[in-house]
Amino acid sequence: MVVAAATLAACGSSEGGSGARAINWYVFNEPGGAYDAAVDDCNKQANGRYNINYVKLPTDANQQRELIVRRLAAEDESIDLVGMDVIWTAELAEAGWILPWEGERRTVAEKDKLEGPLKTVEYKDKVYGIPFTSNTQLLWYRKDRVDTPPDDFTWDEMIDDAVDKGTAVEVQARQYEGLTVWINSLIAGAGGQIVDQAGNVKVDDSAKRAAEVESKLAKSPAAPPGMSTNAEDQARQGFESGRSDYQVNYPFVYPSAAAVGEDFQKNMGWARYPRTDKDEPSRPPLGGINIGVSSFSNKPDLAFDAAECLANEKHQAIAAEKGGLPPTTESVYETEQVKKAYPFADLLRESIEAAAPRPVTPAYSDISLAIQKTFHPPESVDPDGIVDKLRDRMEKAAQGKIF
Amino acid sequence: MEAATTSAPAAAPPAKKKVTDRAKAERKLAWMLCAPAVIAMIVVTGYPIAYAFYLSLQKFDLRFPDDKEFVGLANYGDVLTSSTWWTDVFTTLIITVVSVAIELVLGMAIALVMHRAIFGRGPVRAAILIPYGIITVVAAFAWKFAFDPTSGFVAGLPLISDDAQPLNTKNGSLMVIVLAEVWKTTPFMALLLLAGLALVPDELHEAAKVDGASVTQRFFRITLPLMKPAILVALLFRTLDAFRIFDNVYIIQPGGALGTETVSILGYNVLINRGNLGLGSAISILIFLCVILIAVFFVRVLGTSTAQQRGEA
Repeated sequence: MVVAAATLAACGSSEGGSGARAINWYVFNEPGGAYDAAVDDCNKQANGRYNINYVKLPTDANQQRELIVRRLAAEDESIDLVGMDVIWTAELAEAGWILPWEGERRTVAEKDKLEGPLKTVEYKDKVYGIPFTSNTQLLWYRKDRVDTPPDDFTWDEMIDDAVDKGTAVEVQARQYEGLTVWINSLIAGAGGQIVDQAGNVKVDDSAKRAAEVESKLAKSPAAPPGMSTNAEDQARQGFESGRSDYQVNYPFVYPSAAAVGEDFQKNMGWARYPRTDKDEPSRPPLGGINIGVSSFSNKPDLAFDAAECLANEKHQAIAAEKGGLPPTTESVYETEQVKKAYPFADLLRESIEAAAPRPVTPAYSDISLAIQKTFHPPESVDPDGIVDKLRDRMEKAAQGKIF
Repeated sequence: MEAATTSAPAAAPPAKKKVTDRAKAERKLAWMLCAPAVIAMIVVTGYPIAYAFYLSLQKFDLRFPDDKEFVGLANYGDVLTSSTWWTDVFTTLIITVVSVAIELVLGMAIALVMHRAIFGRGPVRAAILIPYGIITVVAAFAWKFAFDPTSGFVAGLPLISDDAQPLNTKNGSLMVIVLAEVWKTTPFMALLLLAGLALVPDELHEAAKVDGASVTQRFFRITLPLMKPAILVALLFRTLDAFRIFDNVYIIQPGGALGTETVSILGYNVLINRGNLGLGSAISILIFLCVILIAVFFVRVLGTSTAQQRGEA
């Protein structure tokens, strides 16, 4: 009976609460406890005015999106706040599923935020969320095995060096969003873009450059085992196993390295994301979570208040410390908490500021799927035909056709 | 006498009519008894199919609710003229044909074992059925992990290269998918075949034995021909299932990567991931039509009869 009651209670909380003051926040399940801490803190501060329920979504980004889209399309009133991946803004805003932040609210949302994360909440000159956490990738390397990468280190140099030393380069090249992240950064690093400001498909020779880098790595001995099915975690494991001396990945790999062994973390160096072209600065990936208010919420005012609380500086610092999620507010990088959690805090901030956002378009998921299909599997990518192939798929994607 | 004989046929029509009245009432009763089931069927299968067909005639994307319009058969044109659809149909057919063929052979062998098992019949049958009782997603994960180069045991087996990464290649992935499918559904095939095997009279075998027929001759000349209806039904069921394969592919090669995309995965990607209800529904309806085609082929061309199977079993 006790077990049954506990299970029922658990079900109840995961489905979100009801009542005049309940605010249901649908966001991914953050394992470090940072979101739990933010929710508890805000509820305490609200002093009964509202009560946030943390409804945990699956860890897989695609599944999170599918669930949110399905519920919002059905005008589900039980969602008040959405923890939005940075790439969802245009899609949810265009469909009219999330409310714009106007006037005073907009000022709060934009206050002291870094340029990159701020761009990810904007759509058609309006702001559709408050930036909460950000994320970017760094180049991680083995200090005991390879030289310190120079500032203008390129993918080509890295691959050549790995081949020389008989080691590998860890990347994310499974057919999933992570592949889009990599390709987008390679394209932006070659001075190109996939979709322009007006939302039109722009595919040029930078896509060919991206394909050249991808194909070079995939066909070289520096390609890690399972490259075409590796995601972030397989890359981390590969680096920790010692099979590779380079890896591009999010900062979560740093705390994880401490668990490998005494010296492992000490021997782990960090540098800015590698360049696609020698004379173009690199454009690291940009990730993160923004908080949006659902158009179908019965209490939007309370929801806006709750979102402002959740995304405040204190909670960003907690998210950085406990969850390894970099802040979106500039000043938070100066706090002791963040400096202690990230010895590389300055590089992180520089990377986020220089990052290449992924295309801002309501058809993002179609575009991303088209990129994934075109650039996969990595060893079969043909740089010569890629521009036409990608353009054809992107146009079909934008027209809502099959590709 | 004469009157009686002539009155008999004369009396027949009214008598027949009387029976008709009763039959009518009975038929009415039968309909009323069936009604709840029929209504349930219409609600849970008829309505969704009709609604999917209605959606397939529209341009309707969840994310662009304002752009909704009636486009007739344009979505079907899009799907049928795209190379993606035909590539996926081909992939699906390969998985279907290969897995069903292997299942038939293995299933027959297992059915013979179950049929002939002298002691421990119950435990033997139960053991063979276990894979069928395991949830497909769980089984698919088990196979995926087994073939994973870092966590799986397959790479460590003798005679298999330690660098073998079947899940990194198209053919390797298809092989693992077929393997998972075969492992999971062979028991079902075996069960259906076992039912057919039970129908072959022992006397025929004994008579053939007396006439000097070998084991092989008896199997091909007696067992197989008599089992034909059961085999066809088993093949029909499995082919229909295999053509709609989804979970194994979804788990083993997420998103249908590396050219493992089947028609169901394509439908899922368009319908759920892209939120394109019009185009996705057109794909669903086309899959539905393919399934009907397969069923018609089995019933009309090969003469499969489920009634016969049911009647004899």
